[in-house]
Formats: sequence, C-alpha cells, structure tokens
Amino acid sequence: MSTLTDNMPKEPLVPNKLSTPKPIKPWKATPKQLLPDFLGAIVAVVTSLVVVAFSPMAGILGFILTFIVISIITAASISGIRQDRKAAANSVSTMVIYFLAAFVLLPVVSIIFEIIRKGAPGLSFGIFFDDMSVTASDAPLSEGGLLHALVGSLYVVVLATIVSIPIGILTALYLTEVKGRAAGTVRFFVQAMSGVPSIVAGLFIYAVWMISLGGTYTTAAGSLALAILMIPTVARTAEEVLKLIPTDLREAGLALGATQWKTVALVVIPAARSGLITAVILGTARVAGETAPLLLTIGGNDAMNWNPLSGNNSALPFYVWKNFGLGTETGADRAWTGIFVLMVVVMIFFSIARVLGNKKG
Amino acid sequence: MNNERENEMSETKTNSLASIAAARTPGTTAMGVGLEARSVHAWFGQKHVLSDISLDFYAGTVTALIGPSGCGKSTFIRILNRMHEFIPSAAMAGEVLLDGKDVYRAGVDVTKIRLGIGMVFQKPNPFPSMTIKENVLSGLKLAQIKINNADELLEDCLVRAGLWSEVKDRLDQYGGTLSGGQQQRLCIARSLAVKPQVLLMDEPCSALDPGSTLRIEETIRDLSKTMTIVIVTHNMQQAARVSDYTGFFLSDGGPGELVEAAPTSHIFSNPKDKRTEDYVTGRFG
Amino acid sequence: MHDQPVSILENPVNPVPTKVPEPREITTEPRLSDRVFRTVVSSGGFISLVVLGLISLFLLYEGLNIFRSEGLSFITSFEWVAESIENGTEASYGIGAMLYGTLVIGFIGLFFGFPLALGAALFLSYYAPEWLKKPMVLVIDIMAAIPSIVFGLWGYFVLMPQAEEWARLINKYLGFIPIFSMPGDFYTRSPFIAGLVLAVMIIPIITSISREVFAQTPLDRIQAAYALGATRWSMIRAVVIPYGKGGVIGGAMLGLGRAIGETVAVYTVLNLVYDIRPEIFLSAGGSVASLIVNKFGEATPPELKALMAAGFVLFIVTLAVNFLANAIINRTARQG
Repeated sequence: MSTLTDNMPKEPLVPNKLSTPKPIKPWKATPKQLLPDFLGAIVAVVTSLVVVAFSPMAGILGFILTFIVISIITAASISGIRQDRKAAANSVSTMVIYFLAAFVLLPVVSIIFEIIRKGAPGLSFGIFFDDMSVTASDAPLSEGGLLHALVGSLYVVVLATIVSIPIGILTALYLTEVKGRAAGTVRFFVQAMSGVPSIVAGLFIYAVWMISLGGTYTTAAGSLALAILMIPTVARTAEEVLKLIPTDLREAGLALGATQWKTVALVVIPAARSGLITAVILGTARVAGETAPLLLTIGGNDAMNWNPLSGNNSALPFYVWKNFGLGTETGADRAWTGIFVLMVVVMIFFSIARVLGNKKG
Repeated sequence: MNNERENEMSETKTNSLASIAAARTPGTTAMGVGLEARSVHAWFGQKHVLSDISLDFYAGTVTALIGPSGCGKSTFIRILNRMHEFIPSAAMAGEVLLDGKDVYRAGVDVTKIRLGIGMVFQKPNPFPSMTIKENVLSGLKLAQIKINNADELLEDCLVRAGLWSEVKDRLDQYGGTLSGGQQQRLCIARSLAVKPQVLLMDEPCSALDPGSTLRIEETIRDLSKTMTIVIVTHNMQQAARVSDYTGFFLSDGGPGELVEAAPTSHIFSNPKDKRTEDYVTGRFG
Repeated sequence: MHDQPVSILENPVNPVPTKVPEPREITTEPRLSDRVFRTVVSSGGFISLVVLGLISLFLLYEGLNIFRSEGLSFITSFEWVAESIENGTEASYGIGAMLYGTLVIGFIGLFFGFPLALGAALFLSYYAPEWLKKPMVLVIDIMAAIPSIVFGLWGYFVLMPQAEEWARLINKYLGFIPIFSMPGDFYTRSPFIAGLVLAVMIIPIITSISREVFAQTPLDRIQAAYALGATRWSMIRAVVIPYGKGGVIGGAMLGLGRAIGETVAVYTVLNLVYDIRPEIFLSAGGSVASLIVNKFGEATPPELKALMAAGFVLFIVTLAVNFLANAIINRTARQG
C-alpha cells in the first residue's frame, strides 16, 4: 500500500478548495506570440508600398493587389519557418479566406456610402409634400417631390401584403399542420417559386390583366405582381416559424378535445404570432424595392393617384428608374434621393423583422 | 518511442508498480511515465467542472476512468489532448506533461500534440467520403506527413486494430459499409496510423453491441503492449477487464474530483474511499 | 414464437391455426369544422402551384404564335426585328444572342461571386472571432435586402468607372486571349461590368446557403480530424468540403438562377446588342430579362407576343435551374 501511494497522485485526493487557481486559456495567443505576425503585417505593408512606388503598378488597386500577394507570401514564410509546410498551407488559406471575406463587405460599404453621399443632398422636407405633376424634369431639386411615389409604393406594398398574407400563411399551415400527401411537392414548388424572376411576374400580370381581361395600368395590377414574389417568402418563413412550435402544444390542444381548427386558431397561431409577423414583414421588405414588375404594370405617374383600382400610379423604384432614365444630372440626383428614401423604407421593414425575429428567440 | 531514455529514467517506478499489480500484468514495455496531469482544473464559462486532478498515466498501461455521468471524465481526457479548447467558453488551469513537457506551453504546435496523443470517440466516426484505406491513412493526409510504405502501415494498423482479416479484401470500399463495431476498430486503426504515444478512448464501446465490445477490449489489451491507453467508461466490468489502473471521478454537484486512483484490482476489491466502494458495488451511479 | 405456428400447420391432427387478427383500421371521422379547415388550408397550399401553372400557361399561350412562326429559330436566331411598314422590315424574333449573353454574364457573376461567397461562408463558420460573426451576418443580410435598382445605379455610377479601368489593364496585359481582346475603346456597359454587379448581388444567397450547410457538418467528424492532428485548413478540406459540396454547388446554382432572372440592375449596366461577341470587355452583351424591359415600352402587339415568348423561355430556364439547385440542396441536407 505504501509504495502505491508513493506512485499515485501526490496531491491530496480531496482538493483544497481555498487554493483554486484562476481559469486561463493557454490556447489563446499571447501578445508576445503575436509579435511575429504583427511584424509580418508591417513588413507586408511596407514592401507593398515600396513595390508600388518602384513599379508600373499604381494607385489603390495596385497597392491592394500587391499587398494581398505579399502578405500571403509573408504569412506562409513565417509559419513555414516557425513550424512546417502544413502550418504554411494553413496560413495561406487563412489569409485567402480573410481577404475574400473582407472583399464581400467592400461593395456593401461602398453602396451605403454612395447612397448617403449622393442621396442625402437632395433631401428636404419639401420632397415629402410635393409630387412632380407641375415640376419640369430639369427643375432644381428644391422643386417638386416624391410624395406621389411614396404613396404609390405604400399602396402597392400594402395591397400585395393583403393578398399574400392569407396565401402564404395557408401554405405554411398546409405544410406544417395539415401535412397533406402533397406537402413535399408543395414545399418544392414554393422553393422554386421564390426563384421566379420578377420580370416574369410582371409579364404574367400584364398577360392576364391587360391582354386577357382588357384592363389598364393600375396600382392593383402592380400589387398582384408583387404578391407573386412575396408569397414564397412569407410561406417559407412562416413554415420555419410554425415548425418551431413544439408538438406537445398541439397535442395538448387535441387532448383537451379541441378540434384541429380550434387548436391551430387558438393555440398554434397565437404562439407563433410574432414569428408570423416577421414572415410578413420580411416579405414586404423583399418586394418594396422591386422595380421590374412595376415597369410593366403600374404605368408611372407624376401626380398623385389615390385610387388603387384605376389610373396610372408611381412608386419609389419607378420614380428612381424614371429619373435615372432621363439621363440628366438633376435626374440622377433625384434618382439618388429616391434611392435614399427607398433604402430607408426597406431598412425600416428589415429592422422591424429583425427585432421581432430575435425576440421570439 | 524514446524507450531507452525513459527506461533509465523510471525503471524503479515501473518495477515497483509491476510488482503490486502483478495479477493484472501492467504494461510490459517499460516506457516510464507517459502522460501526467498536474492539478488540472476546467471551467465552462463561470462553471467550475473539474477540480485539481493530478494523475499519472504510466506508459504501456491501460488506465480506466470511471464515475457517474457528468463528473467530468470526458472533459478531463479532452484536456489531455487539447480538444477542450474547441468549446468557446472553455478554460483550464494546471499542466499536462507528455514526456515531461507541458502540452499547453506557449508556442507549442497543437497539431503535433494531437498527433502524439490520439483519440477515439464515443460514436464511431469514420470519414464517409473516404474508403477504408483512405480512412486509415487520413491522419497522414491531414497532418501532411509523407511516407513511403503506406501499404505496410495500412496493414500494420488494421492488424493491430484487429480488423485486417475482415477488411483486407475490400479496402477500397467506403467506411460506412462496415458494421458499428468494425467502424470503431477502423477509427482505432486510423488513430494508430499517425503513431501516437498515447491513445485516449472516450467511451469507445457505449454505442456497440456486446460482441463488438469484447473485440474492442481485446484490441485495447493488445495495443497496451506498445502504447499508453486512457479509457473513459461507464461500464465497470469493462474497466475491470481491460485496465491496469483505475481512477474514480465524482462530482457532488460542484466540480468533478478524482476520488481515488489505484491499480484496478485494488479499486474493485479493496477501495480506500467509501464513495468508491459504494460506486463499484453498485450502490449508486 | 416463429416455429410454433409452422409446427401446428404441419400437424394435421391439430389443424386449428392460430388466428392472426386483421389489423384494425383506425378511422376518424373529422368534425365538420375540421373538414372545412383542412379543405381551406389545402386549397390555400395549392395556390402556389396554381400560380406557377398559370404563369407558364399564360406566357405560353401568349407566345404560342411566335413559337409557331419562328420555330426553333426563336432560340437560335440572333435577330430581333419588329415588323415595320415605314422601314419595310418583316418581323423576325430570335433570342439566341440574349440567351447566350445571359449565360455569359451569369457565369462571370459566378466566377467572381462564388469564391467570395464561399470564402465569406468559411470565414463565418470557422475563422471569424465571436464578436465579428453577428455584425458580418447582419451586413450580408442587408446586402440581400438591397433592391436591385440600387445595385443598378451603384453599378452604373460607382463600379463602372472603376471596372472600365480594370478591364483596360487586363486587356493591356492579357489582350492576346480572345475574350480579353478589344476591337476599339468601347469599355462602357460590357458583360464584364454586368457580371461584376451580378456577382455582388448573388453573394448573399450563396453565402447563406453555404453557411447553413457548413453548420450541419457533423461535429464528431470535425473533432476526429482535429484529433488526428489536422490544421483548420486540412480539417476543412477533409471534412467540411466533402460534406458540404452538394449544398454549396446548389447554392451557387440558386445564385446563377438569380443572375439569369435579374432585370433592372443588368439593364442599367449592359448594352444590349443582337449579336454574339466573344469579347467580355466590349460594350455589347445580352440578357433576356433586360430585353423584355428594353422592348416593352414601345412594343407593337406582335412584338409584345414575342416578349411573352421570351418571358416563357426565361421562366422555364430559371425554374429548371432552381429545381435542380433545390434538389441538390435538399439531398445534401438529408445526407447522414
């Protein structure tokens, strides 16, 4: 026994709780260990600057390209020398992936920067209270406004939402509650429907509304085209939400003797409410900026049109399109201001959906 | 691996242990102390899950870690080969010495540590996109090790894992075509291919049927002639069958602790601690 | 258990076979309210199918005459001429050049967008520090929410001047390769620029699909690779890529589907020319969707029919690409 205790754990078996050490994460690199990487980064920047200065490569583009190449080489050599070939390959891939990820962010940053830079100067209170009915297209930005487009957008989006809410949510209920024999097929087609090009939705409504039914350009026609694009978004998001509702909740309802209809109406849907609202708002965010289908269906208008069932109307994307199409400088400025307003609207929808979506967990 | 050096270093220690646990015939290859845990603690976020574990794993022996669920056995062996750090909230304290050098020392190449200390998991997890042959040699590919005698190594590993006779005619089939027990032995063969000094096994038989379990236990006994093995198990009979030493872990709601560690026969026949006795006699757990 | 009935049957002295009961059929007669509920929900569920069916029917019906008169040359011919009495031209509708152009810009978009999206997805799944993940996912989600007209104007005013310079540089050094050659200095509104805009537009969908697939990679395989001494990169190559390959390809195809159907963004940065040109930097390209917007405004009734026919082709092509993509993604999601 005595020899055993000599060889077995030397510490007391019951640890002294008073002397618990501090938790550490020894796998995290210390500043000292990061030093070579840091020096490597400096070397890469300096070398790139030198190479760019003494070679035909010029400008920011030249610097970026040189920097990428040099930093990858530097990273590979540092880990190659410190460790081995395996580590070098790992460093190269890490650098490449970091650069790819950074380049993904670049366009978004650029787009938002440009929208603010080019769109903000045209903003004024006036544009929200005036339309373009009496303003010449080359008039200064202080004249006229986009109220008609804003109202038109509101109309098409609200009408499209009214049409697509029942269809989208019924589809989701079919997939999660009724679970009919065709559920797989329906799901597959809904997935496919979300890939329908927006221009095709516009053409379809044109073929039905204008050609077959002999109708004219109206707000309602535009909203139907948008509804086609909105249904799959609402249906798919709502399905995800309903899937998260635990089965026991449904069984609890059924076990109490409620019909399926009552269970769904009084238990499932209330439980999923905020998620379903998120689904709808995501759908509106998706269609609020759609341009192509509106070009074929609402006709465009420079004046207010409060009647959704008759007469041409405008919408924010349409307003942007039209002013950009003028090819003039004021036209472009108005277009950018329109984009600014459009983006604010889309981002508001987007943020509401986010906040609601996060709240449900 | 470093037989000679360590032979000198700890001959006495191994001999004395061998005399105590003579009935169990511990590792016949004298390789000295293989792996040593020194005052190891573990945390997940603020939760202290493992407190002050010091335990030596003698080279060429099988050490079983037993204890009820949630006592930190798995966390402990994942600390030994630095798999612990994949959990974002994880933290630790203490040292793990392989050949006397801390595996957590600054600047160490963690991939080399894991090459030296292999691991077999609870659920057999061969790579489904690879054939049996590719699976066995996958460690070499992952660690970018070049060898000349791949076929020899392949056969050697499969023989040692006790799988060669069953798969030698279908090395180019996919790993998923094997039975659960065969898959687990394939995973053992895969770990052997990178020539680890230590093999950690985290409940390797818990997903297998009794027949496969016995085959794996035979394999473990055979392997212990050439390497150090640490096995976490819920099955006390298994611990009694395969191990030379046994460590008993327990958590009373707080962090897991090592209650007792001794040669297996002592733990099962003559435990020093009352709690160990209660556990091995099945009074709780 | 199993032997017993057999021996009984073999023994004529005791001919009474054990009687296996017929499984009882459990029938529930749903209450009226439930039958109404199920009918309403089911019919709602089928509306998507009906709409898809109606789209193809109406477009096909409207375009039928064109398909009849043009035949296969509607797909293969490059010429798009409306009937005009003043000019004395006879109608001839062919979207060959537009289809070709659509594929060209789609593949340029994938060429640039796919590696970026894959890199971003790998970064988010395996490289990004915790604090960076959420903001970056948010940025990519915002990117997905930006309307296409915004991409169009950004492409026209911001990207195009830059991209023209890049094209000039590439032409200067690699101009001997046919696709980079140029007959003159006409770099504006080229397939290259349209492709770049599409690349930005399809990044979000490819990134999010790839990320979803990567997130499903079995953890035990990842751990097995690390336990064998893998670096992050060798683990990704051995485990993540083989597992997620199908889903990533499916995501790329969904991106291609988006690119094919994109209208206004492409129209603003692409000069439509009814000809097939190999030079991707030349201000001459094609896109079926842009053709529709381009010609729609002043189309004569017969030309409108031709546009409907073009819309039908576009619809079928995107539907096929989407079907295939979703089938691949769903199969990947189900694999073990």
